Amino acid sequence: MEIWQFCEQSMHPAWNNPGPTKVTIPNELCDPVIAHELYNRYLDEWMLGDELGYNIFVNEHHASANCMSVSCTLTLSILARQTKNARLLSLGVPIANRTDPYRVAEELAMIDVISKGRLEVGLVKASPFELAMSNQSPARIMDRYWEGHDLIVKAFTSREPFSWEGEFYQYRNINLWPRPYQQPMPPMWITASSAANGRKIAQLGYVCATFFNGKGTKMLFDAYREEYLKTHGHIAPPTRLAYLGMMVTGHNEAQVAERVAKMKVYLDVQPRTPKEWTNPPGYESIEGNVKALQVGKKGGRLNFGLPPNPSLEQMIDGGIFFAGTPDQIYNQIKKFSDSVGGIDHLLLLSQAGELSHAETVDSLTLFAKEVMPRLKALKSTHEVVTMAAE
Amino acid sequence: MLMTALPDRVSVGGTTLEVLRKGRGQPLLFLHPGHGIDPADEFLEALAGKYRVIAPAHPGFGASQLPAGVTSVDDLAYFYLDFIEQEDLHDAVLVGASFGGWLAAELAIKGTGRFSKLVLLDSVGAKFGDREQREIKEILNTPIDDLPGVLFADPKAGVKKFGDLDFPSMTEAEITRFARNRESFLMFGWAPALFNPKLAARLHRIAIPSLVMWGEDDAVVPPAYGRAFAKAIPGATFAGIPHAGHYGYMEQPQAYASAVLRFLNG
Repeated sequence: MEIWQFCEQSMHPAWNNPGPTKVTIPNELCDPVIAHELYNRYLDEWMLGDELGYNIFVNEHHASANCMSVSCTLTLSILARQTKNARLLSLGVPIANRTDPYRVAEELAMIDVISKGRLEVGLVKASPFELAMSNQSPARIMDRYWEGHDLIVKAFTSREPFSWEGEFYQYRNINLWPRPYQQPMPPMWITASSAANGRKIAQLGYVCATFFNGKGTKMLFDAYREEYLKTHGHIAPPTRLAYLGMMVTGHNEAQVAERVAKMKVYLDVQPRTPKEWTNPPGYESIEGNVKALQVGKKGGRLNFGLPPNPSLEQMIDGGIFFAGTPDQIYNQIKKFSDSVGGIDHLLLLSQAGELSHAETVDSLTLFAKEVMPRLKALKSTHEVVTMAAE
Repeated sequence: MLMTALPDRVSVGGTTLEVLRKGRGQPLLFLHPGHGIDPADEFLEALAGKYRVIAPAHPGFGASQLPAGVTSVDDLAYFYLDFIEQEDLHDAVLVGASFGGWLAAELAIKGTGRFSKLVLLDSVGAKFGDREQREIKEILNTPIDDLPGVLFADPKAGVKKFGDLDFPSMTEAEITRFARNRESFLMFGWAPALFNPKLAARLHRIAIPSLVMWGEDDAVVPPAYGRAFAKAIPGATFAGIPHAGHYGYMEQPQAYASAVLRFLNG
């Protein structure tokens, strides 16, 4: 199992202000002096993680106190130069929100070359509220996504200039300089939560990552394994299935409880989204929206499907939060991984909410020393136990 | 209500549309707003006393098919040009409400040869103000429970048009119509938000008598926007209706219908 260190680079001091923490939150609350300190603190934590044996995972959001990273590639371009060993995962670039996929391919290729081939390329659909800022349409978002994806893959792999006259993107001359360090292109990742999307990613042979999916993960991973075998004629290699949860550890249970309370604030702010942006028409399929309305649900999915104000036990049991002393946390992760048939890449939100720099450093260090070696020794086998009837 | 199926079907170039046909006489093509069309609409019922009302569900709305490649209001306007030829409409009245008003204006600037009169009801589609002033309220992603309050002067009357928003008691077909209307409305109206930057400068081409009607309580596009719309169409008349919101013709159907009939008879 590979371990990835993730942090949203939040401006959590702004959360004390009531109201939404994204889209409409006034930027008066983004004190540039505090932002300066926080950005550099988060980068320092990743540089420590690089020394401790973590891989690095970054994301982006816009107009958000939950995440000040406005571009995966900006954050990664710093880390490409300042880290030495970690794999660098962008998860991801919201390509359906980008008007210029050629530029996306250029920036990613430059990071791959500077980092000597340490880039992993994640391309995501993005959260619904991101559309408020990108101004791109929620309608046909996946049609746009796939055209952008196809263009980026061709830009990575083509060794000659080419033109593109698609429905959404048109270019006279695409010619990627530099081309990626990794040939023919860096490993590709896509996020999913449903079995249908897992199958599509399996067909492409990409890494399938799922975020806070809890009990839904097994169905997704089973679909991926089955479809991978069917498409490629061999079982999926133990490098294809990724899961994101929260993680904090400590030297004793009292310390863990204190750290969990500071991290949990992060979960509490997730529902603070302007309601018109939780599920704009077109973002979900019509069938999905109809199913939700049939049971009286008029908004979008919030707070990772957890009950309101979940207990730590519910979060641990749900595979949302791995929290405990090193032995406890190893057992939680091992149990969850076994329950979904094996996780190859464990993505850990290891700083969130009000967890301080000192606490984050201590938790990351303790985990790296006591838990990581045991997890790295675990090897998944993605054998397909039962094939669905054809 | 707005989630009820229309009774008739018509095929246009291989695309099946739902359509409501009512009344006899001179043809009147009605283009519906973004949230659909009620087959029991009282405004259309009143017009059908004097006119042959033809009210299709736009491609992508209700149960009407969406042909491949139809993704913009301009595409819809060209689709309706085919429809108008197929129906062989002459000397017809063109009426559009809200999003349908935008569509009617896009048709009229392409040529008014088939039409004798134009009626726009609380229309969107044009940009009159400066770049830092948003004239049309965001209604593409309005939270579902807020729709009646935004679209109607009287939210209690408005919610009836949406079946009290009591989705668990609706059929799957009705909910699908609602979800499909919202998605298609958003697709056609997304960016720029419910307007075509070129439309205002083209409205001068509308060379038929035109009536621009507005709900005085329209919270989506205020009456001042309606007056600007009327001013941009040569010789157009503006009329405000009290106690009417953006979907004013649904809540004050008799007032709207009487004013339209007076204009058409005049």
